Amino acid sequence: MTSDDTRDQSVPDPGVPGRHRMLEIGLLLLRIGPAIGLLTLIVVIAQLTPAFATPRNLGNLLSQSAVISVLAMGQLLVIITRGIDLSVGSTLALATVTGALATAAGLSTPIVIGVIVLTGVAVGAVNGIVYVFGRLPHPFIITLATLSIARGLALWLSDGRPIQNTPDPIRFIGGEILFGWLPVSTILVAAIAFAILLLTTRLVAGRWIYAVGGNPDAARRIGIPAGGTLVAVYVISGLMAGVAGLLTAGRTGAGAPTFGTLAELDAIAAVVIGGASFLGGRGHVGNAIVGALMIAVIRNGMNLLNVDSFFQPMVIGVVIVLAVEADVVRTHVEQRFRLRRALA
Amino acid sequence: MTAITMAGSPVLAVSDGVKRFGGVVALDHVSLSVHAGEVLAVLGDNGAGKSTLIKCLAGVHRLDEGTITMDGVPVKIDSPPAAQALGIETVYQDLALFDNLDPPSNFYAGREIAGPRWLPRGLRVIRPGAMRRATDAVLTELRVTLPSVGTTVGLMSGGQRQAVAVARAAAFASRVVVLDEPTAALGARESRSVLDLITRLREQGKAVIVISHALDHVIEVADRAVVMRRGRVVGEEVPTRENQPRLVSLIVGGDA
Repeated sequence: MTSDDTRDQSVPDPGVPGRHRMLEIGLLLLRIGPAIGLLTLIVVIAQLTPAFATPRNLGNLLSQSAVISVLAMGQLLVIITRGIDLSVGSTLALATVTGALATAAGLSTPIVIGVIVLTGVAVGAVNGIVYVFGRLPHPFIITLATLSIARGLALWLSDGRPIQNTPDPIRFIGGEILFGWLPVSTILVAAIAFAILLLTTRLVAGRWIYAVGGNPDAARRIGIPAGGTLVAVYVISGLMAGVAGLLTAGRTGAGAPTFGTLAELDAIAAVVIGGASFLGGRGHVGNAIVGALMIAVIRNGMNLLNVDSFFQPMVIGVVIVLAVEADVVRTHVEQRFRLRRALA
Repeated sequence: MTAITMAGSPVLAVSDGVKRFGGVVALDHVSLSVHAGEVLAVLGDNGAGKSTLIKCLAGVHRLDEGTITMDGVPVKIDSPPAAQALGIETVYQDLALFDNLDPPSNFYAGREIAGPRWLPRGLRVIRPGAMRRATDAVLTELRVTLPSVGTTVGLMSGGQRQAVAVARAAAFASRVVVLDEPTAALGARESRSVLDLITRLREQGKAVIVISHALDHVIEVADRAVVMRRGRVVGEEVPTRENQPRLVSLIVGGDA
């Protein structure tokens, strides 16, 4: 601490405006940091290989990132409320399998889509209801349980085998690339992102999500329906897992119990790389998508550069550490900021 | 016991309030009242029952026996929203602020200005402009200055945070504001502005109940002080410099 640590004197610190400016710029940089990181990565990889910045490859990249992006948006809401949803990868698989069974039963495509999406909603509802009304201390355990249950259910229902019967309209949604570069799945991701953006920035429920994440105890005392908010967040995460199942079935033309293995970790990584805080209360949908794109760019770029694919998880791990470290630095900068305010 | 009478019926009165936790009697036939435009201090050592009392007024706990009346009419305070609906707002010692939100969002957390009304509450669209203007108006009236209403509360100093919490209570309390240790965590300069704020609440005609350990602050702002010990009200004084030794002996039980 410096010599200007003079509490209780109403003399304004002459150095404050400049210092404030610096700290404000620092905070802004940390906020848009993930986007800067992604742009840098894109520029560097584009310099290293001409195969990267082609419309075809970029379309491919968007298509590959769609599933993580959708899962990450659900996971983002959960993490803002200080939670975690480990079940989304298994839920995705279960949704593709129930969809395939519905198709095999001769149901029409809109109903099959409904089955896929509602499978996700159902698992999310179980997570949320058991967590809130079972008064569990943390959602880790219940979503770990449903991770196991949903995967087992998918294996049992499918007899452990992929079912290749995905109807054409779903293949169109999950696999079609328009104009040689624009995947239909990307349009869906953009529409969902817009809806989540609306929820988090404009709707009362979005304010509640941030309030519950910022101070759960105060939220209850002040009359925010904290339990309902938490259940809704897990239902949305389940819904996103269902949509991710729809995209996966569409891309592969099948329902399979092995889909989405460890996808929950990609989703969590994307959210963390996107600068959301595990302590809750902070996170932005745009940054979560930036995080998902960054993972996809790293994988795609390393493939194009013929880097041993075993290196990919290591690089992504390092990026996660950097992202978390940035969050620590931000917390530190904010504390400095508060101290200056108190002294000003 | 010195009885201090004021004109008119009290805004809020507790009579013979009893609260037990298992075998422990936290409140033992407590009676007290507060009038409009009056600052009532509740003094007492740790474990005297002050916190239990304000939690009963805030709707966090329910009295086992006894009645709470407002303007002479018995009321039921069985939940925090019930207390809020009666015009009672509480500023907890931990402030119950959301560090990740800005002052308008803190003010309106749980009662956001939003529409249209035919939608379920959670799906209504927030009107940030209206919330900000209303917040600005309250802050201006209470003469609270903040760095900028756009910054999150987590970036503010202790005194500013306290001011936001008190202003939030003032904005929504039509009748009674309860403050739990409002100056405990603050330096001298920040305490001063919070005490000024309490005086302004009184000027607005609100009844104010202040729980505090800081006798100096109580003497400065309170019109009346009730002393609690082991769950009972053991005395009532006008807090003045001259009465300070008497108050201290009531608090520590020197006259027992």
